[in-house]
Amino acid sequence: MSTLIEAVDLKQHYPVRQGLLGRQTAAVKAVDGVNLRIHRGEVLGLVGESGSGKSTLGRNLMMMERPTSGAVLYEGSDLAGRSHKALHPYRRKMQMVFQDPFSSLNPRMTVEDSLTMPLRFHQPELSAAQRRDAAAETLERVGLPRSMITRYPHEFSGGQRQRIGIARGLIVRPEFMVADEPVSALDVSVQAQVLNLFSEIRESLGLTLLFVTHDLAVVGHIADRVAVMYLGQIMEIAPTRALFTAPKHPYTETLLSAAPQPTVGARGARIPMKGEPPSPLSPPSGCVFRTRCSHATPECDAAHPELRSRAPGHLSACIRDDISLVPAVSDRPTSPRRKQSA
Amino acid sequence: MTTPSSSTTDPVLSVRDLTIRFKARGRETPVVHGIDFDIHGGETLALVGESGSGKSVTSFALMRLLPDARHCTIEGQVNIGGVNLLELTERKMTSVRGPKIAMIFQEPLTSLNPVHRVGDQIAEAIRYHRKMTRAQIRDRVLELLTLVGIPDPERRMSAYPGAMSGGMRQRVVIAMALALEPDLLIADEPTTALDVTVQAQILELLRDIQNRTGMAMLFITHDFGVVAEIADRVMVMYSGRIVEEGRLEDVLTQPRMPYTQGLLSSVPRLEDAGLRTGALGTIEGFVPTAGNLPDGCSFHPRCPHARPGVCDTAMPALEPHGRPDHPVRCLRIEDIAASDMEDLSV
Repeated sequence: MSTLIEAVDLKQHYPVRQGLLGRQTAAVKAVDGVNLRIHRGEVLGLVGESGSGKSTLGRNLMMMERPTSGAVLYEGSDLAGRSHKALHPYRRKMQMVFQDPFSSLNPRMTVEDSLTMPLRFHQPELSAAQRRDAAAETLERVGLPRSMITRYPHEFSGGQRQRIGIARGLIVRPEFMVADEPVSALDVSVQAQVLNLFSEIRESLGLTLLFVTHDLAVVGHIADRVAVMYLGQIMEIAPTRALFTAPKHPYTETLLSAAPQPTVGARGARIPMKGEPPSPLSPPSGCVFRTRCSHATPECDAAHPELRSRAPGHLSACIRDDISLVPAVSDRPTSPRRKQSA
Repeated sequence: MTTPSSSTTDPVLSVRDLTIRFKARGRETPVVHGIDFDIHGGETLALVGESGSGKSVTSFALMRLLPDARHCTIEGQVNIGGVNLLELTERKMTSVRGPKIAMIFQEPLTSLNPVHRVGDQIAEAIRYHRKMTRAQIRDRVLELLTLVGIPDPERRMSAYPGAMSGGMRQRVVIAMALALEPDLLIADEPTTALDVTVQAQILELLRDIQNRTGMAMLFITHDFGVVAEIADRVMVMYSGRIVEEGRLEDVLTQPRMPYTQGLLSSVPRLEDAGLRTGALGTIEGFVPTAGNLPDGCSFHPRCPHARPGVCDTAMPALEPHGRPDHPVRCLRIEDIAASDMEDLSV
């Protein structure tokens, strides 16, 4: 599998300025030394809790925000050092879908205006009629009738608006898409429709997708591989099934055990998360997760665990190889289909 | 947990024929259509539905937090301790909120006043309702902060909400709600804004407090995963009506209403993670808006089992259809064979 996009020691630090002179007194390390490869054609899930830096990392990869240091390699060439102008050809290849379908569409623009805007920018050679055709076609692609092209965002439900948001990303035929919590604001039944749409377009368009979410069940459904982030760092990255059946990082174990499932008898069997989330202004020394880890030892205070290979394609940033962690599900060759009736 | 039908004690909350209509531009739009339910002490009833189903409006009506009669009419009964709350004056209602019925909301930050210390905010309700000395109130606040698992309560009681994490703020809100030991706690999506690890802690806290105090709980959510964590019984709401009601196990494992079946099949499961099990189940179409409900069963335009001439003519009643503790609002229930239901889940 070839690498489409790669983060190399990527850092995004936000300065905190205080006092009369506005001197920098500290920095929030939103992304702190991330190394990550996304293969062409795969869906990489990026999970983490609020403040973990997962959205910032997604924005860095898109060059919506220039990283403080480190490189973003797109097919091997670095984007981070490029001028605004030199980034232009890459903008078309990388598109983004946002969480809130209500605030990410301009209420005063028709669907046609919203969808053709990226084309005016990226394919100025197209005529108005061609743009209109492309918009109608893309709208159909995401499961909405062509005729809706003249409507305004308020005429659509949340799920439909999210489809429009996806269409706006697809219309320039990108190679890489970052979807930042694209189903979190939607009702469950609508969420399923939009997830199915993502599965369908990544197959049919060969799209490479970074799917950022806090929802483990969603990521388990959509992703080929999953990366788990905590306090700006990647704790674990693995093929999806391996992450859920044989987690190698205590943080993953805790996250998995906290995910509520609509099954009977799962109640209460939790691996508790100790204490309070640390302030991103002063992350713990050593392993950043150690203050909340139920497996932490004194060695963890000083260790700076790097991502190490623990199984084929399975990397974890934990020094404790000796512990066995509780999986979310036991690995059976075939999972019995859930039954809905007795 | 015994089923409510076998319970001999009186319910803590008894809602009868609750109907809510909103008035706008000279028109009355019904948003809740005559719902009935009971909750017993120590029991958690989950009210599940998608946005627009009427679940939050129902909970606001129980607390009498809806706008006044110029904007909205509420009919029916909300009985707590033999008193119909809908008949109380606003002044009397104030004495009920707190000691009888209390509520926590989705977003803890909007429930807290940012310019008052959290200890004072918890103390406010106690001071209003109870004749206690300052020292007694302070002790009670400390006790409550300890109960909801806030570390270092002595120091935290003088903190402002802004200095606390989302999980800690929700604990403070829960402490406020519990300050007067209510018989009924209404929790409206209390964990939706929280991270999963914090959500797990808050759900455990609520279960634990309920075990200790024996309070009844109405838990409103759209998330069946959360329902499985907290509920004894489940009510599924659609377009302002209860469409299915039953014990947690029954609703999760043998849902009867096609809407409930569709909702459950649309939830991705951890056990299937990475297995590429194919498309998730979906429900076609949208939740109809109040005032534009279709004729007959409100769900029939979206229902895979709907039959013309049957489902589009009459509104089905919420009836047991052979299972007294698991009523459902569906005219086709007898015809939907078990095999049909299995098909839905794939």
